[in-house]
Amino acid sequence: MTFDVPDDCYYLESHEWYRPADGRVGITDFAQDELGDVVFVELPDAGAAVAAGEQFGVVESIKAVSDIYAPVDGEVVAANEGLADRPELVNDDPFGEGWFLELDGVPDDATDALLTPAEYREQIE
Amino acid sequence: MASRTPLYDRHLAAEATFTEFAGWEMPVRYEGIRAEHEAVRSSVGLFDVCHMGRLEVAGSDARALVSALTTNDVDELDPGDAQYSLETDEDGVVVDDTVVYRLPADADADYLFVPNAGHVDEARSRWTAVRDERGLDATVRDVSDERGMLAVQGPDAPDVLADRTDASVADLPRFAARNAAVADVECFVSRTGYTGEDGFELLCPADDVERLWDDLADACRPCGLGARDTLRMEMGYLLSGQDFDPETNPRTPYEAGVGFAVDLDHDFVGRDALGRQREMGVEECFVGLVLEERGVPRHGYAVAADPDGERLIGELTSGTLSPTLDEPIGLGYVDVAYADAGTTVHVVVRGDAKRARITETPFV
Repeated sequence: MTFDVPDDCYYLESHEWYRPADGRVGITDFAQDELGDVVFVELPDAGAAVAAGEQFGVVESIKAVSDIYAPVDGEVVAANEGLADRPELVNDDPFGEGWFLELDGVPDDATDALLTPAEYREQIE
Repeated sequence: MASRTPLYDRHLAAEATFTEFAGWEMPVRYEGIRAEHEAVRSSVGLFDVCHMGRLEVAGSDARALVSALTTNDVDELDPGDAQYSLETDEDGVVVDDTVVYRLPADADADYLFVPNAGHVDEARSRWTAVRDERGLDATVRDVSDERGMLAVQGPDAPDVLADRTDASVADLPRFAARNAAVADVECFVSRTGYTGEDGFELLCPADDVERLWDDLADACRPCGLGARDTLRMEMGYLLSGQDFDPETNPRTPYEAGVGFAVDLDHDFVGRDALGRQREMGVEECFVGLVLEERGVPRHGYAVAADPDGERLIGELTSGTLSPTLDEPIGLGYVDVAYADAGTTVHVVVRGDAKRARITETPFV
């Protein structure tokens, strides 16, 4: 099975992505497949601060609860409210409609510590 | 290393996701838990349940031994009948739950019982110890490796079997069993299951289980342990080792809501303690609840009486988002004062007390 690993994102080993172009954060295609049917996502409110490597929320599948970690430092501009009614978007479109947070104030060098698409692809293969 | 069932290669080929459960490497899902769950509720699913134990009891005192070790009334069983039953210790604590079969007259043994995965060795040693203590003439044989076991569950299960056998199985009553060739494999077919749907469990020679699986998989959706778990939770059925565990969460049948399977009019290990508890009543009992705020109840979450989550009255042992209802459901033990259906309680989810309503089970 091959998983989508978009070239415009940077990655955490724990399977979260950060896209500098729109400041969004989510979990990867590989992660959603591992979890199975996502049924609930708990996210911080707008205005909250998140810190690179720190837990900022949880994603729950039918079977299990998983912590999710911030790839970068930043301030939450928006959390994806669409996931409240349609958590399955995380499974259907993890890099698109299934995004978790939109961040502002992310340091310019924040992506230096993250995996490149090539490095992340290597990790999940 | 974890044990594997004879169907491991089939699951691997089907690209199942695996999990370790009670010492077994088992498929947790194939396509997805929700789709598999829905197949069982609306059509038919196929489960590999070879990880469950299979112990045969034979001999002139077989009935006496089964009666001494299980809570239900074995005398109710005619050949080909089955019953849900419990094994309790001297304190009346449930060590495992099981289905006891009285085998048909032409069988090699007299009784068969099915301990949960991981409980087979302990069951065999308990049963032989009690046999020796009481000087009974009975053999207890572990046939788990010789027999495979599959479950065909869902409203279409009778049709699936009828297409594959000349024997009449569609007219088997619930909790009855008979020998029948299914897809040319000699099976012991019982109308039992763990899903709340109509369905059958099939025992067959281990060498034939792959062939039987392949044939049934043409007509049924293969289902993993994930769907098995959500299906039983919707019914409020207990999971051994999770909803009760003699080490970590010792519970009697009356606390666990399965007092219907206890017959105090026969002598069995634990009877005296249970007779006393029957008189005294229980302090906590097993209930279902539905979370009324967003979140998912899980094993280990505390249950509180108040919205601040401070006055603790119990703890959940199972929970999930019910695929059928699309509502968060939980099972667990609460103070009997809060156990009536309709009572408002609060489940503490990561520090937040969320409102929940005690609900009758089954949920669906």
